[in-house]
Order: sequence, then structure tokens, then C-alpha cells
Amino acid sequence: MAAAAAGPGPGSGPGDSPEGPEAEAPERRRKAHGMLKLYYGLSEGEAAGHPAGPDPLDPTDLNGAHFDPEVYLDKLRRECPLAQLMDSETDMVRQIRALDSDMQTLVYENYNKFISATDTIRKMKNDFRKMEDEMDRLATNMAVITEFSARISATLQDRHERITKLAGVHALLRKLQFLFELPSRLTKCVELGAYGQAVRYQGRARAVLQQYQHLPSFRAIQDDCQVITARLAQQLRQRFREGGSGAPEQAECVELLLALGEPAEELCEEFLAHARGRLEEELRSLEAELGPSPPAPDVLEFTDHGGSGFVSGLCQVAAAYQELFAAQGPAGAEKLAAFARELGSRYFALVERRLAQEQGGGDNSLLVRALDRFHRRLRAPGALLAAAGLAEAATEIVERVARERLGHHLQGLQAAFLGCLTDVRQALAAPRMAGKEGPGLAELLANVASSILSHIKASLASVHLFTAKEVSFSNKPYFRGEFCSQGVREGLIVGFIRSMCQTAQSFCDSPGEKGGATPPALLLLLSRLCLDYETATISYILTLTDEQFLVQDQSPVTPVSTLCAEARETARRLLTHYVKVQGLVISQMLRKSVETRDWLSTLEPRNVRAVMKRVVEDTTAIDVQVGLLYEEGVRKAQSSDSSKRTFSVYSSSRQQGRYAPSYTPSAPMDTNLLSNIQKLFSERIDVFSPVEFNKVSVLTGIIKISLKTLLECVRLRTFGRFGLQQVQVDCHFLQLYLWRFVADEELVHLLLDEVVASAALRCPDPVPMEPSVVEVICERG
Amino acid sequence: MEDDAPVIYGLEFQIHIIDFDDENNIISKNVLLHQVGEIWHISASPADRGVLATCYNRTADSKVLTCAAVWRMPAELEPGGHESPEDAASPAHALELLCHLDHAARGSTACVVWEPAGPGGRVVSLADNHVLLWDLQESGSRAALASSASLEGKGQLKFTTGRWSPHHNCTQVATANDTAVRGWDTRTMSQIYCIENAHGQLVRDLDFNPNKQYYLASCGDDCRVKFWDTRNVSEPVKTLEEHSHWVWSVRYNHSHDQLVLTGSSDSRVVLSNMVSISSEPFGHLADDDDLSDQEERRPEEKSQEPPQDSVIATYEEHEDSVYAVDWSSADPWLFASLSYDGRLVINRVPRALKYHILL
Repeated sequence: MAAAAAGPGPGSGPGDSPEGPEAEAPERRRKAHGMLKLYYGLSEGEAAGHPAGPDPLDPTDLNGAHFDPEVYLDKLRRECPLAQLMDSETDMVRQIRALDSDMQTLVYENYNKFISATDTIRKMKNDFRKMEDEMDRLATNMAVITEFSARISATLQDRHERITKLAGVHALLRKLQFLFELPSRLTKCVELGAYGQAVRYQGRARAVLQQYQHLPSFRAIQDDCQVITARLAQQLRQRFREGGSGAPEQAECVELLLALGEPAEELCEEFLAHARGRLEEELRSLEAELGPSPPAPDVLEFTDHGGSGFVSGLCQVAAAYQELFAAQGPAGAEKLAAFARELGSRYFALVERRLAQEQGGGDNSLLVRALDRFHRRLRAPGALLAAAGLAEAATEIVERVARERLGHHLQGLQAAFLGCLTDVRQALAAPRMAGKEGPGLAELLANVASSILSHIKASLASVHLFTAKEVSFSNKPYFRGEFCSQGVREGLIVGFIRSMCQTAQSFCDSPGEKGGATPPALLLLLSRLCLDYETATISYILTLTDEQFLVQDQSPVTPVSTLCAEARETARRLLTHYVKVQGLVISQMLRKSVETRDWLSTLEPRNVRAVMKRVVEDTTAIDVQVGLLYEEGVRKAQSSDSSKRTFSVYSSSRQQGRYAPSYTPSAPMDTNLLSNIQKLFSERIDVFSPVEFNKVSVLTGIIKISLKTLLECVRLRTFGRFGLQQVQVDCHFLQLYLWRFVADEELVHLLLDEVVASAALRCPDPVPMEPSVVEVICERG
Repeated sequence: MEDDAPVIYGLEFQIHIIDFDDENNIISKNVLLHQVGEIWHISASPADRGVLATCYNRTADSKVLTCAAVWRMPAELEPGGHESPEDAASPAHALELLCHLDHAARGSTACVVWEPAGPGGRVVSLADNHVLLWDLQESGSRAALASSASLEGKGQLKFTTGRWSPHHNCTQVATANDTAVRGWDTRTMSQIYCIENAHGQLVRDLDFNPNKQYYLASCGDDCRVKFWDTRNVSEPVKTLEEHSHWVWSVRYNHSHDQLVLTGSSDSRVVLSNMVSISSEPFGHLADDDDLSDQEERRPEEKSQEPPQDSVIATYEEHEDSVYAVDWSSADPWLFASLSYDGRLVINRVPRALKYHILL
């Protein structure tokens, strides 16, 4: 239909479907579009211009290829009402008219073009006819030219051959002339110092002379040449030996000498010897920098000098050597490697000496930078001379230095810890401010903990420089693996924590004899410190380390729990030791007070003895001290008013008093029976039992030790009546004040009961004091 | 079999001789009266089993003075002398006083030790800060002061205990005062060694290794037992810390010196096996087998691995502080301990260990 002309190309109308196989493509594209649209959630409505694929074979499609007017009409008539039929008819008529007018316009517009095209074609026909004639003429002319040229070359053939021959002779003559002139040229070159030129001439002539040496004239030339060449070689050698000029010139000399056919072996030896001389000079200057009394430049400068002087020299030598003596094969390479190895080891020795000087110093960043330079510099010769193992050796040195640094830091940390301890000691020993404690223990503890932590962090940070990305050796396997895990984590951090625990423990092991050098407060503080480490600090530090040094090594590391257990054990031992020391102090007081007094001839007690008040005061002080660092802890449930408890032992001691005078063999059964029965119902008291981490447990331990001492001392004495009463008073006083410190007050009662009972047994005249009187005295005291 | 270690028994001022019949497991006792005062230390003469020395308190003019005397038991009660009929009601016998070991100006006697070998005529007593060597003459009825030495120093120095070494021809006595242990040569009465600060606190008891002449055990208020080589006194050879309170007594077994007995005021008695510092540290060596053909009497030990020092047993029969422990002099596998409440406990070394040592 006409519609095909009006809307050419695919996609011009919704219904049109171009013919042939192309029809498939847009169809497919549309389908794809449809899927995309579906995907992007566009409704079909928005694509209203493209109603979903009408069947291209539909015979009722007006624009379709298979349009069948009969079917269409039939369909219209059948389906549409009259009004619509009329509408479609008018519509159809209008469309047909529009198409007709469009066709007309097209024809008018293109009419002129058709005419001019016809003219052009006609003109072209004429032109072609002219050209054909000219081409024919050209062909005949060419044939004539070919004929002439053939004739000429035939005539010249003979002469050409002769010229060629003459040219050959000429060249030969020039060569001969060169040969004859060679000696003088060589001499001139040598005189002028143009050794390169001379060697080139000599090289060119040598083969010829060699070939024709049986001819006497050539022999003469050859001899001359050899003399000159020898002189040349000599001069070259001379220059080579003088050696003052740098490596490149030397290399040139050697190259020339080689070209002169000097023995390579010998040259190579000599070359190396010269290079050695120069490099040794470099080394000497480096050594001078080391100096016995250094105004020595810092490490960085030193390694810079080494790098630019020695290492680059070595590089040049190696490069030149490899270039010159490549023909020498593996033997030559081996020689060079040995050379480099020897000098390299001397260089390394110097570097190590210098680094050793640095070992004590604090600035890690400078050192790391110096090492970085050193290592980086050596990579070039390392690549050149893989066999000499320079890069490996350099890495080794760096590793060693890193290890030493770790050791140095560990020592630093230990020293810092000891320093902290000394500070604490001084703070503790410093004369107290009137009345108040000087610096609070808690404050001291915080100071110590924070200062240690900051030291650890500083060490970690400075050690971390070794693994920084921009440092050339940080990607070596050692620095990625072992350095992080074994070196830093195990060696430095774990090592430090362990040594800290050990140092702390050594305070327990040091015999606490004669008062012990360690102030008890320090023990307490260390114990708390270790406990804090156990609960938080260790895991914090290790996490920090693991984060900073991404440990990739698979080698086993100490788990946090082990360290924590060690720290806890240390804390426990320290606290136990603290209890022992403090217990000992009070024990000694009690022991002296019992041992030095004459209990037989003492007067009737009026007061509590001063030493008991002192004991209570000291215990209170200890309570305060421990309270600063440790939590309260748990007590057993108490009776409503413990202080008012009367001594149960009074009754028993009174009974004993009744039995005691009858010293008959059968009597002791009763007295002993009583105390034994009593003991049956009381638990055994472990005097030096392990302590828990709280105040009550600590105080309980100290009081147990003190009271047990009192008990044992009382048993060694003999008491008069008033002596016994004094013990009674003292014990009651202690009971009044000590119960509040302990976990189980029953314990204090038991021990004090024992003391009074023992005193009663040790008294030939056991008349106890009335409890009311005892109470009055105690309350008054 | 009997146990002839006489023991103090409480306030009654009696000496009880306790016979232990091992075969029948029967204990019988005889009571001797000690009228002069309460006994603080007792030691039997190794030469004459009827003779013993005591240190006792005498209260006079409201002063307590500790004196020492040598006594003889009534002949019929001498241990092993005869079988006295089991009669609990038999009247107590009195001791026969041989002599006093007193010296007017010497103060309280803490301890009397007999010369461990020889005729039994020599006794050392420790009074305050003096070491007094007595010769007992006329079968003990007269004591003459042979020589003496005294400890000088600041403060009130007081000996607490002493032991007479069975080695070196019985010429050495060790004493303890406060935290120090000192050795004396009885020939010149001069000090031969001194272990300052042997213990953190008071030293309570000493004992010599019966088989190794330079080895000495000490115990004290720091709850430790230490073993010393008297040739090098800067460091103890070994330290035990098994007790939780003062250790009052330490004793080597008389024949198997790896067995060490300690008693403490934590009411425990601990039997330790100190193999590493005993005279038989590794049992018998292989080449001893040849010798054993000649000396068949000697029991063989065939322990494969070197034995370790260890605590063999802890005895907790006592309810109160244990103040004395000792081995039976007749049966090396038997020992007794005595506590404050007057309980005497007799124990045997565990059978397994006994066979281990013997076989």
C-alpha cells in the first residue's frame, strides 16, 4: 500500500512491519524493551504509542504486508455499527487524499533533478570516446621507447663490465693504501691519544694482516703494527693503572684493551684490583666517620654516605664488569660475586659498628630511616649480583638490628617499671604530711599503671616504625611474620608482662626477714596492679598489639588467658605476702609484749595494755590502707551486737579453776575433755591460708596470724592471777575492736577464747575477773 | 618393740614412760613424779637408759626460773628393764635426783643435750646466752663445769635450743638463738660457724643428719624447714614450706635420713621424703650390685627413675599445736608426736614407702 512510501523505515508507525528478515529485529528489540519496561515498573499505558505487538500476519491490518481488503471490509461490516463505518470511510478517504497529494509533491520536487542527470550522462559518453583515442597513441609510443632502450644497453654492456672491474681494483688499492698507511696512522692516533680510533683501525686491519702475513711486505706492516699496538696497549695499561680517572674511563680502557686482544683473565683481575682500591678508599672514609671519638654524623648521614659512596661504586663496578667480561662466563661472574661478597661484608661490618653505636639511643625513627636507606641502596647491587647475597645480608642486618631494638625496648620497659617502683617507694617513704596520708595509694597506683601503659604504647609506636608501609624492608617475610608475632608480641609485650610479674614476685621471695626491705604498701599496690592487669590491662595491651601488628604468623603465641593466670597468681602471692608481712609486724609487737612482761608479779589490771591499743590502731590503719585499693568483700552474717558478746570461755576457765588444784592423775581428763569437746565443734583454723582479693579477707588473714602468735606466746609463759586477768582484759578489748574487720567474727572469738583458756591453764592460781569488771575496764580504756 | 621416748604430760609435773608393744599394738604407761616443777625440756641419756635430764620451771618469789637437773629412774621402770604389770593405779614413782646443772649467775636453762656417743658423761646445757659443758662424775651424781662460752652482742641474747652433732667425734654442738644458728666446737668452746638469719623469725628446732656429717635441718616461726650444709651457710640447700604456722620440731630418721618429720602449731605433722639431699640420693647405683654380694645385709633399692623430694603424708590427728615429734630409736618406721592438748600419736611410715626404701 501507499503507506509504505509515506513512512519509510522501521518504527515509523505502531502497526507497520517491514518486510523480509529485518522484520524480526525490531520485533525482538521491542520485546526486549518490553521486558526492560516491565523491570523498571513502567506500565503498558505509558508505552501507549506501541500497542503490544499486533500480529504482522493480520490481514485486517491496514498497514500490514498481508492486508486483504476483502477480509478487512468484511470485518468492518460485520463488527462495526453504521456510524463507525461512516467514520472510518471518511477517515480512509481523507488518508487516501493526503497520500495522493504527498506523491504529487514528491514528483514535482524531483523533476529538475531527473533532467540534469540525463544531460550529465550524455556528456560523459562523449568524453570517454576522446580518451580512448589518446590511450591508443600512448601504447604505440611506449613500444618505440622499449626498443630504443634495449638497443642502448646492448651497446654499453661491454664497457660497464670494465668499469666494474676498475672500481674493484680501486677499492683494493685503497685497502692496501690503508694498510700501508696503518703504522703511521696508528702512531699518530697514539700520539694524539685517540686510543679508540687506533684500536678500531687495528681491529680492521688485523684479520687481513693475519691472512696475508706470508707476503713479506705485509709481514713488515704487521710487525710495525704489532709494535705500535704493543705500545698502545702499554699506554692504555698505564692509564688504566693510574686509575685516577673514574670508573667509566677505566671501563673504557679495559674495553679497548679487550678489543686489542689482551688476555681477559688478567684484565679482569686487574680491573677488580683497581675497583677494590677505590672501594676500599670509600670504606676507609666511612671508617673514619665512625671514628674513635665521634663527632660522628648521625646514622642517617652515615648510611647515606655509605650508600652514595660505596654502594653506588660497587654498582658501577659490577655493571661495568658484567658488560666487559660477559664473555667470561660463570667463572667471571663467580669472581665478581666473591669480590662483592668480600667488600660487602666489610661494608656490613662497618655499618653494624655504626648501628651498634646507635643501639643505646632513643630515636627509633631516625634509625629506621637509616636502615631503610641502607636496605634500599643495597637492592640495586643485590639485583645485579644475586650470587653475592648482598641483599640477603642487608636484610639480615636489618633484622638483627630490629631484634636488638626489641631487646632494648624490653629493657627500657623493665627499667621504666623499676623506676616507677622506686618512685612509689620514695613516695611511700616520704615523710607524711601532718595527719593525712601523703599521696593516696589509689593515686600512686593510677600513676604507676598509666605511666607503664604509656611506656608500653611508646615502645609499640616506635617499634611499629619497622613495619611501616613505606619502609623498604617491611614486606620482608621476617617483618611481616616473625617480627610481629615472636618479636613484638611475644618478646616485647608478653616478655615485659612476664618480667613485671617476676619482679613483683621477687618481692615475695626476698626473705622478709628483719622487717623486710619492701614496704608493705608497695606489696599491696603491686598486688592490685597485677590484679588490674589480670582483669583488663593485659587483654587491652595484647589487643592493641595485635591490631597494630597484624600478626600473620601462624606460630603459636601465648594466649591471653595464660598471662592473666600468671598475673593473678602474682597478685595472689603478693597479697598473701602482704598479709604475712603485716601479720608479722603485729605478731612481733604482741610477742614482745608477752615475752618481756613479768606476768607472775604483775599488778591487778586497771587498764588495757597500751600494746593492745596499738594493735587495734595498726589494724585500723591497715584496714584503711587496704580499703584504698581493694573492695570490701563478704562477711558472714553477724549477730545483732557482736561487741557485747561475753566470753564463753569464762565459764570453762572457771570450771578449770575448780578442777585445776586437784593435781591427781585422773583429773586432767576433765579439763582436757572440755577443751577437746569445744574444739570438736569448731573448725580447724588455717592460719596462713590463701587470701582472696578483698579487704575483709586480707584483714582476716592478718588478724588470724596475730592472734595465733599471741596464743602461742601465752602458752610459753606462766601467769599469776593478775597476769591472767590482764590477758582477759586485753582479749576482751581486742574482741571489742577486731570483730568488725574479719569475715567471720566467730574466728576472732575462737582464737581469743583459746588465748584466755591457755593463759588460764598456764596459771597456778586461775581466778578470772568478773566479766562486768572486764567490760568496765575495756570501755574506759 | 617399745618406744622409749619419755614425754612431758601437761601440768601434772609427771614423766610418763610409754611402752608401745608393736606386735600386740598395746600401749602401756608408767608415771614418774617430777616434784620440783613443770618440765620444759627433757632429754634421755643415750648411754644409760635409766638416766635423763630435764629443764624445769621453779617459781619462787614470784619469779620463774628454769633450772636443769639430771635424774635416774627407779630401776624397775627402766625401759625394757622388765615387764611391769598392767596396773593403772600403781603409785607413781619418784625420780632420783642425781645432780643439778645449775650455776648461780647463768640464768634460765633452755635446753640440755647429751653427748650422742661415748660413755655418756658429758652434757651441754644452754642457759640464757651461755653454752655450758658439764662433766658428770661419779656415775652422774656430781656435775662439774668443764668449760663454757657465752654469746655477746647487743640486746638480750638467749639460746632457744641446741643439738649435739653425732659426727666429728662428737665435738660439735649447734645452737639456735633468735634467727641465727651457730655451731660450737666443744674442745675449745669457740664458734665454728654461724648462720645469721637462718630463718625469717625465731628458730625453734635443729637436727643433724645422722649420716651426712655437714647436714643440718632447722625449723622456725617462718613456717619453713631449711636444710643446711654447714660448710656453706650463705644459702640453704633446700627449703620446705609445708606448714601454715610455726614449725616447732624437726627430726631426721635415725637410719633413713631421707625421712624427715616436722611438727607445727598448725596441728599437723608432716613426713617428708627428702631424697635429693639424703645420703642415698639416687638409691643404689648399678655397680653396688657387686658390693652387695659381700654385704648382703644391706638392702637393695631398685628404683628405676630418680625419686623426687615429696611430702609422704600429712597427719592431722592432732586438734591443737604439735610441739614435739620424734622417731623411735628402736624401730626406724615408728614415730610419735605430741600436741598441746596432751595427745600423743604414734604413727608408722606408710608400708608402701617402707618397702620402696627397703627393696
